[in-house]
Amino acid sequence: MADAAVEIRDVVKHFAGNVVVNGVSLSVEAGEFFTMLGPSGSGKTTLLRMIAGFETPDAGVIELQGRDVTRQPANVRPVNTVFQDYALFPHLSVTANVEYGLRVRRVPRTQRRERAQAALEMVRLAHLGERRPGQLSGGQRQRVALARAIVNEPAVLLLDEPLGALDLKLRQEMQVELKAIQRRVGITFIYVTHDQEEAMAMSDRIAIMNDGVIEQLGTPREVYERPASPFVARFIGTSNILTRSGTTWSLRPERLHLDLEGAPSATLHREVGVLRDVIYLGMNTRFVIDLDAGEEVIVVRTNAEVGRYATFAAGTRVAVGWNVADGVTLDAAVI
Amino acid sequence: MKHRLLRSGQWLWVSGVLVFLFAPIATIVLFSFDRSNIESWPIHHWTTSWYSVAWHDTAVRQAFVLSLKAAVAATALALILGSLAAFGVHRARFFGRDTISLLFVLPIALPGIITGVALNSTFQWAGINLSLWTIIIGHTTFCIVVVYNNVIARLRRTSSTLFEASADLGASTGQTLRFITFPLIATALVSGALLAFALSFDEVIVTTFTAGAQNTLPIWIFGAIRLGQQLPEVNVVVTLVVLIMLIPIAVAVRLTGRDTMSSRA
Repeated sequence: MADAAVEIRDVVKHFAGNVVVNGVSLSVEAGEFFTMLGPSGSGKTTLLRMIAGFETPDAGVIELQGRDVTRQPANVRPVNTVFQDYALFPHLSVTANVEYGLRVRRVPRTQRRERAQAALEMVRLAHLGERRPGQLSGGQRQRVALARAIVNEPAVLLLDEPLGALDLKLRQEMQVELKAIQRRVGITFIYVTHDQEEAMAMSDRIAIMNDGVIEQLGTPREVYERPASPFVARFIGTSNILTRSGTTWSLRPERLHLDLEGAPSATLHREVGVLRDVIYLGMNTRFVIDLDAGEEVIVVRTNAEVGRYATFAAGTRVAVGWNVADGVTLDAAVI
Repeated sequence: MKHRLLRSGQWLWVSGVLVFLFAPIATIVLFSFDRSNIESWPIHHWTTSWYSVAWHDTAVRQAFVLSLKAAVAATALALILGSLAAFGVHRARFFGRDTISLLFVLPIALPGIITGVALNSTFQWAGINLSLWTIIIGHTTFCIVVVYNNVIARLRRTSSTLFEASADLGASTGQTLRFITFPLIATALVSGALLAFALSFDEVIVTTFTAGAQNTLPIWIFGAIRLGQQLPEVNVVVTLVVLIMLIPIAVAVRLTGRDTMSSRA
């Protein structure tokens, strides 16, 4: 097998006595769109900064394309970064920003111009080359930052919450565009975000991080359908976590069935309670139920079939049912 | 109506402050054209002859040249030492960094007489004769401060990810300095240098203790006023100094003004 694009082994990093990254190992394949997902303080950005070379691990090894780069400075590593604040050079034009990496590596001027132009065309900004970063919108700056990194044809592109500063609509457009660009150029992407929908939409694989360790690593489908821990079950989407006879279950709201108490049921398992809230969300309706057993459970039904539930008002006695196959036992799950 | 009254009141107030600040300078400029040796109002005979007298006075010329040399040299030294100090303090993450930052700024807060006496005793003790060089050293102590302050303020306002981005794109430390750091702090260096020059050019107290037998221009003015024999000539020299000082101050204000505008954009 060919060398992995990025290989991380037992990496540890402390800041001022706190463990920020606590023994992380992972391997990213060439051409993969790999996401590190977690809440702030989970260590994902620190891990990215160690791959870029801005931080040095206290222990462990980082390899790029089979070469140990753990102690290498940032400027000789075959990686480029798209920063959260874009970090565009304010005194240089858009073209000069994109050319910067080629210029410091002494690529001849004409070749530099051509490659920068091609990179700007890829992000559809070829017509704004003369502008200064201060004259661009947030979305345009974001794309300049992307072009400035990609133009160097790095082995790995590191993206640190690159869409964090954009509004929702633009963010969703950029997700599609980023994924398309990644497929076209075939560069390995390592993407850091705290937004689970963004991670699901773009990634080949997701590493879910919490407190400096990887809680679970898998495809979007795996981490959603088979969460390995209560943390993952809650962090990715919404989960109902119930403990019954010593086993902890994670049940997705859309997998649960809702009936009036006493109605005949098609599901195997069934529990009763009181409907506390009905929340209309446009595409879906969210039902909040207080089970007699004590827990709060959330059921989501699509509004295409919500007519069935027209008579369900707050205070109604209801039954929540599910098939055992739709639940995930968290204790038995293997990382 | 009440609003109008308030507004004209404000204008009156502002004008009053401006008169308070600039009337003395205007007086000196006016009297530089008075033919009489004794200043009295109104001026009866207007003349520009004092300008010719001052121009041909070798003492004034020598003092002017000495002031210019001291200011240029002190500014140059301050540019090098002040910006290096700012880089060091900005980059380093060591214990007592804030204390050191304060120590750099202290000379400008310290009364000039303390700096002057301290330098004078040091030179005496070390057996260094007072000369142009001791003036330069004295002026450099407070010129460093304005350069340091300007540069470190700029560095603190500059996002550190810019330097990381430069390294990330393959630039060596030297390339980052040349292509990114220097262009970003260039205007801070220029405005720092202009302020340092202005400070040095009209400094009296520290100069008194470090100048020995030579006169800088402010020292010459100070002496001439005390003797009281050449008051019209003093008026002329002061008028010229005001005109000369206006240039660097105006440029410095323009530069810092433009900076705040572009950083807002």
